[in-house]
Amino acid sequence: MDWESVIGLEIHAQLATRSKIFSGSATAYGAPPNAQASLIDLAYPGVLPVLNAEAVRMAVKFGLAINAHITRRSIFARKNYFYPDLPKGYQISQYELPIVSGGAVDIVLEDGSVKRIDVTRAHLEEDAGKSLHEGLAGLTGVDLNRAGTPLIEIVSEPAMRSAREAVAYLKKIHTLVRYLQICDGNMQEGSFRCDANVSVRRRGSDKLGTRAEIKNLNSFRFVEKAINYEIARQVELLEGGGQVVQETRLYDADRGETRSMRSKEEANDYRYFPDPDLLPVEIDQLYIDSVCSTLPELPDQKAQRLRHDYGLSAYDAGVLTSSAELADYYETVLERAADFPGIAISPKLAANTVIGELAGLLNRDGVEIGDSRVAPAALARLLARIADDTISGKLAKDVLEAMWEQGKEPDAIIEERGWRQITDESAIEAAIDAVMAANPAQLAQYRSGKDKLFGFFVGQTMKATQGKANPARLNELLKKKLSG
Amino acid sequence: MSLNRRDIENIARLARLALTEQEIPVYVEGLSRIMGLVGELDRADTRQVEPMAHPLPGQRQRLRADAITETDQHALYQRNAPQVEAGLYLVPRVIE
Amino acid sequence: MSALHDKGVAELSRALQAREVSSVELTQALLERVTRHQGDLNAFISITAEAALAEAARADAQLRSRDAGPLTGVPMAHKDIFCTRGQKTTCGSRMLADFISPYDATVVERLRAAGIVMLGKTNMDEFAMGSSNETSYFGPVRNPWDAARVPGGSSGGSAAAVAARLTPAATATDTGGSIRQPAALCGVTGLKPTYGRVSRFGMIAFASSLDQAGVITRSAEDAALLLGAMAGFDQRDSTSVELPVPDYSAALAAPLKGLRIGVLKEFFDTGLDAQIEQHIRAALDLLRAQGALVKDVSLPNLPLSVPTYYVVAPAECSSNLARFDGVRYGHRCEKPRDLLDLYQRSRAEGFGAEVKRRIMTGTYVLSAGYYDAFYLKAQRVRQLISNDFERAFREVDVVIGPTTPTTAFELGAKTADPVTMYLNDIYTIGANLAGLPAISLPCGLAQGLPTAMQIIGPHFAEERLLNVAHRYQLETDWHRRAPPGYA
Repeated sequence: MDWESVIGLEIHAQLATRSKIFSGSATAYGAPPNAQASLIDLAYPGVLPVLNAEAVRMAVKFGLAINAHITRRSIFARKNYFYPDLPKGYQISQYELPIVSGGAVDIVLEDGSVKRIDVTRAHLEEDAGKSLHEGLAGLTGVDLNRAGTPLIEIVSEPAMRSAREAVAYLKKIHTLVRYLQICDGNMQEGSFRCDANVSVRRRGSDKLGTRAEIKNLNSFRFVEKAINYEIARQVELLEGGGQVVQETRLYDADRGETRSMRSKEEANDYRYFPDPDLLPVEIDQLYIDSVCSTLPELPDQKAQRLRHDYGLSAYDAGVLTSSAELADYYETVLERAADFPGIAISPKLAANTVIGELAGLLNRDGVEIGDSRVAPAALARLLARIADDTISGKLAKDVLEAMWEQGKEPDAIIEERGWRQITDESAIEAAIDAVMAANPAQLAQYRSGKDKLFGFFVGQTMKATQGKANPARLNELLKKKLSG
Repeated sequence: MSLNRRDIENIARLARLALTEQEIPVYVEGLSRIMGLVGELDRADTRQVEPMAHPLPGQRQRLRADAITETDQHALYQRNAPQVEAGLYLVPRVIE
Repeated sequence: MSALHDKGVAELSRALQAREVSSVELTQALLERVTRHQGDLNAFISITAEAALAEAARADAQLRSRDAGPLTGVPMAHKDIFCTRGQKTTCGSRMLADFISPYDATVVERLRAAGIVMLGKTNMDEFAMGSSNETSYFGPVRNPWDAARVPGGSSGGSAAAVAARLTPAATATDTGGSIRQPAALCGVTGLKPTYGRVSRFGMIAFASSLDQAGVITRSAEDAALLLGAMAGFDQRDSTSVELPVPDYSAALAAPLKGLRIGVLKEFFDTGLDAQIEQHIRAALDLLRAQGALVKDVSLPNLPLSVPTYYVVAPAECSSNLARFDGVRYGHRCEKPRDLLDLYQRSRAEGFGAEVKRRIMTGTYVLSAGYYDAFYLKAQRVRQLISNDFERAFREVDVVIGPTTPTTAFELGAKTADPVTMYLNDIYTIGANLAGLPAISLPCGLAQGLPTAMQIIGPHFAEERLLNVAHRYQLETDWHRRAPPGYA
């Protein structure tokens, strides 16, 4: 039985406004319980909502960035249900007329091909508060600091066909909202959350299977695992003659499985109706044009430009543009490369070093690219020393690490450690001679046809020169000498 | 339009209102009477009109500047709270 | 020389400014009356004597130093639906019986800034749902004209207090007639402004697209003074309208010559008490004598006001009252077993029967499968009614008709069947649905009970309504009649 999985994602991104969507409370993360809950956030009797202009602007920005339609007259609606973290007993959201509809993003699949994922809609709504269950003697504590934080809910079409595609889409949106500076994308703090709708069907069928919604996915890794688990679960269920129940499930990271959410057994009738306390939001072309003019260079455009200007691969361009800050860092490195006329620092070398060695250090120490302990200019100086053969590429990692730890210049480190590459041919030849003399058996074997032993001689000579022999020269000279 | 007991129980559940056994028939009767009154709306030909969500025509939502105007007043606001601990509003345990 | 308690706002303003009486003296006199009659009328839920006297003293200081406005030192009462900082705000409900508001409603703030002295919070139908003030958790209010009868609702306490001369004025709110109807049954003047004219911030919400704050006084002149202080744009209310507030007193005495009055065909139907009709026709004659032109108009969809209202208002209230859940404030049941029990029991205990009935009706008409047939249908009919008024106002400047079908009925007479009670609102609801301003003023007595007429105008025509009412009140004295025993 050949099964196809159908996945749609609902992403909730907290908008990075200073104040909440309907009240003047601060939105900053980490305040003491209920310190940022005003009378409006607490749903006190008699209070009324007033809409934050910046939330609207950010939503429109997002819509424009995904080439969506911006609704000229959008409506806020009440979604009615009871839950302790929902003080009004309803959430102000958008139902029939969301501010953004349609649109799409492109994702790059593993084989390098590009797939377009359509977005159904994106709308504005308010976030709920938080419930805490620990240490409260069998009770639940409600903190409404988060209640009223503006959210944009982005709903994709059920266009993804694998967990990998879903993660690629999620990452793309994640990158995009950060580029637009409308969301900080912090999944641990909950400012970027995702629910996955997963169903399966026989391959070739055009009917959708019953879907399950998986909530509580707060890392890319969990999203992938949860979706894969769920696909397998549904397939097993169906193959065993069972039926998939339409329900909400939670991902249990400890067990690596999804399970049914007990408290949401009853279907909720949300009784949506237009919120009478809020008037229609009217957006005209002038407003749209002004927001459009503030759009930064978007990830796809930037990646295109890097490929065009620097001949980078799609993969490299993709990684470098995964954040605007990283791309800026990279471009600055290349700009500083112009400080070294006569030395050709290849964009590929720069890309490899940034994506490889530098990223490794950033991850190891949990540092953001903006706080990198090696500035672009310093990195450029390191790259210059590789490009002009002062050091071998293999030692680049060590020099960089020393720069990172000690804040010293590459030249100083190279001198201190004596890491200058040996390019002098006579010195290399001398080393080769010594190795050949010390290994007559292998020499004989090589000369009688065992070509694989070339690597052995390379290794031995490198060892003899403490890794400082210039690899290209070494290879050249070794070939000559070994063949007699 | 008449409602039955089941309707009332469902509505009360959605609205989170506990009803006693004695109350149920009272609300069945009351709501049926009201919906009977409401049935008169069918007399109107509404094919050419849009639903009126707001009484004044042509109004649009005003946007407020993104500024923090509130301060921490939780001590004052929590004076009315039935049960509070460490700044949190307490309710019976919610299982997720 | 009338007694202090008989003087209206304008008169008291003059007396205070002329230092003929101090605010403290005046406040004391009224507090004494309020307290004395609390047992017979039950018009108040809280009497804020201490705070009132402190405010009066402050007012007197301002009056002495000539740093006073026209309303400085004038006592009045607030309907207990307006949040008042540091004071109980109950909305007539057990749900908020001990609720102390941490903030002031905009209306309260503005009137305080204008210098009024708050005597207390008046009784009302629970959560503003009612037409007789019989649903209050704090007991019914009695009509000062006849203690066996209702004062009307939901602003029954405000109307009774003003009629009984316990206060010269009181704020009130009107969603389906709750200012005008009690004003009519109590023989006083009640003004419901245009939707959006007065801020709803701090006014506990019943039906958001219908609610409007207004005032009950003993004359149009007084209403004009108070409206001027209450009205105006409030950035905290998104539905508040950004229009300048005119001087409502300026055009009060303008002559009525050429005024086009529409008499609504649909209002003078079989349900209307014959004497009320007679009194209104007499009033129309008087206005004609002043130069007004009277013609018949028809609003064919108006008879559907009541069914429309009883879909829209409950729908909005079912959502507005969801916040009362026993979690952050308000009534909580004892020892809740679990979350569901907390909600269900707190709400069942906190709300009275009428409130529950409307919450359930509203939940029903919004529910899946019924939304289109009921809620959307009702909102379409609402548009039809609004269109009818708009068409009428191209032909006439104001529409005049009755406020209520009968005079004050007996306590308990209409509580058996909710629909019977709802039909009291038959003449008032239309103005709420269309967001129009309307005023009710007394125009006679029938078997010792007040009769009243209603004047409805186009959006933001408060000046015109007050003008017509004032001109009528210059020629008549129905508005000066006091209930026996309260003169």
